[in-house]
Amino acid sequence: MKTPEEIFELLKNKFGEEHITFTNDQAGDPYVTVAPEKFRAAAVYLSRDAEMKFDSLMLLSGVDDANGEKSKDENENEIITGGTLSVYYNLFSLELRHKVTVRVSVPRENPEIESITDIWRTADWHEREAYDMFGIIFKNHPDLRRILMPYDWDAGYPLRKDYQNPEFYHGMKVPY
Amino acid sequence: MAIKTEEMVLNMGPQHPSTHGVLRLELKLDGELITGVTPHIGYLHRCFEKHCEAMTYPQVVPYTDRMDYLAAMYNNFGYVTAVEKLMGIEVPERVEYIRIIMGELQRIASHMVAVGTYGLDIGAFTPFLYLFRDREKILSLFEKTCGARLLYNYMWIGGVSHDLHPDFLRLTKEFIDYFRPNIKELNNLLTFNKIFIERTANVGILPADVAVNYGMTGPNLRASGIKYDLRKDEPYSIYDRFDFDVPIGDGRHGTIGDCWDRYYMRVLEMEESLKIIEQAIEQIPDGDVHSAIPKRIKPPAGSIYHRVENPRGELGYFIISDGSLNPFRVKVRPPSFVSLELMDELCKGHLVADVVAILGSIDIVLGEVDR
Repeated sequence: MKTPEEIFELLKNKFGEEHITFTNDQAGDPYVTVAPEKFRAAAVYLSRDAEMKFDSLMLLSGVDDANGEKSKDENENEIITGGTLSVYYNLFSLELRHKVTVRVSVPRENPEIESITDIWRTADWHEREAYDMFGIIFKNHPDLRRILMPYDWDAGYPLRKDYQNPEFYHGMKVPY
Repeated sequence: MAIKTEEMVLNMGPQHPSTHGVLRLELKLDGELITGVTPHIGYLHRCFEKHCEAMTYPQVVPYTDRMDYLAAMYNNFGYVTAVEKLMGIEVPERVEYIRIIMGELQRIASHMVAVGTYGLDIGAFTPFLYLFRDREKILSLFEKTCGARLLYNYMWIGGVSHDLHPDFLRLTKEFIDYFRPNIKELNNLLTFNKIFIERTANVGILPADVAVNYGMTGPNLRASGIKYDLRKDEPYSIYDRFDFDVPIGDGRHGTIGDCWDRYYMRVLEMEESLKIIEQAIEQIPDGDVHSAIPKRIKPPAGSIYHRVENPRGELGYFIISDGSLNPFRVKVRPPSFVSLELMDELCKGHLVADVVAILGSIDIVLGEVDR
């Protein structure tokens, strides 16, 4: 059993200080931030290494950090440019009984993360949901389609903070 | 003349009595054998998570009711304990006990529906009626306490909305004495029925390693032989004070992790829940249930993932607070969403009739899958 701090230290030693950071100055759970280019390797390490053995992915959630530049379009709707979208991975080891939260941030304009469906199969639908709601592209996902929204929804990604509902969908009025 | 064969695609749902809600399963068939299942979900999507961002923290509680509407109490429980953990609120002893009694009653009520409708799917009508008759007694207990029968909004951040009804403890004791023999009756009627066993044993076998990799939790995971229950392994609230067992699947009539095992876990868990309620009634102290409810709920900036053992498995809430009155992000881990993902894996190589047996055995609630 390891604390998140110990897991962070091991990750830092393996992947280098510049790619791994630790946040524990906030309320709630601390989390480890991993650079997107090292994430795939870190995930393999976390799941396979004898000291880690994270065999279970509890939750994968997309988050719109809304930390870009905010402006108004011609209809006074807020739009956000720049900044990041994030994915949080809550991992748990049934065998060693320890937990860690991993965060990966990608640029809002080009949100691409390596898929981890082959490591934790449960990630399949979670990644589809994050794609559906935030437009985060999971590279090498076997079947990246919308899951909760209609397959032909083309008005954007609903959980982004600057999302605007369309006026009509197939002739039906959307805002109620 | 050469016989030509081709793969057939069959739609099951979205309106189908055994899909337990609005779910469409796209079955690929080779004759009567299933070669693949693609679930199509989202028919009940209400954007729960987007709504939360426009609500204050206490306003989210009634929305959680509407996710898993068969275990609404427990959804409240998970959400309020997550916010309390983020804010560092200690709730009075009496509130903890009330929550556990309500939570376990809800677990029994939810398992009654699961077990009853499972019998219905397989073709046994009577147990369903018996169980719904008994479930009514639990719903009446809830109604007497908080006025609602299905969607309670009972647990609030820092407390509960109403103290227990003066007769509540006596009536609950009566219910326990009444319901215990009925479980035996259910076992004679359905569980050990030869036809029922033939339909469910050795069907939809889920090996333990696959279950863990797919994130299966709750009774479905335990049926595969893994002794893992959050109430025991990561006790939240005051579950560490109670003495109860965690039943696991033993493949008594077939193989470990088959449909019968998953079904039987729920029957056994009803008995364990009765034990917990009995002990809680013995120990419950007096006190004020409103004393710890804060006037302004404004958690400090930060994020938390908190999980509880819902009747269907691990129900998790991932909440990010930016220090304002509204949550920045609320993400739910619904156990049914994760279980439904396994349909393809479980159904391959089985017959069409078995799809109904398998879908019923993983016990999904579509309100929670789609949110």
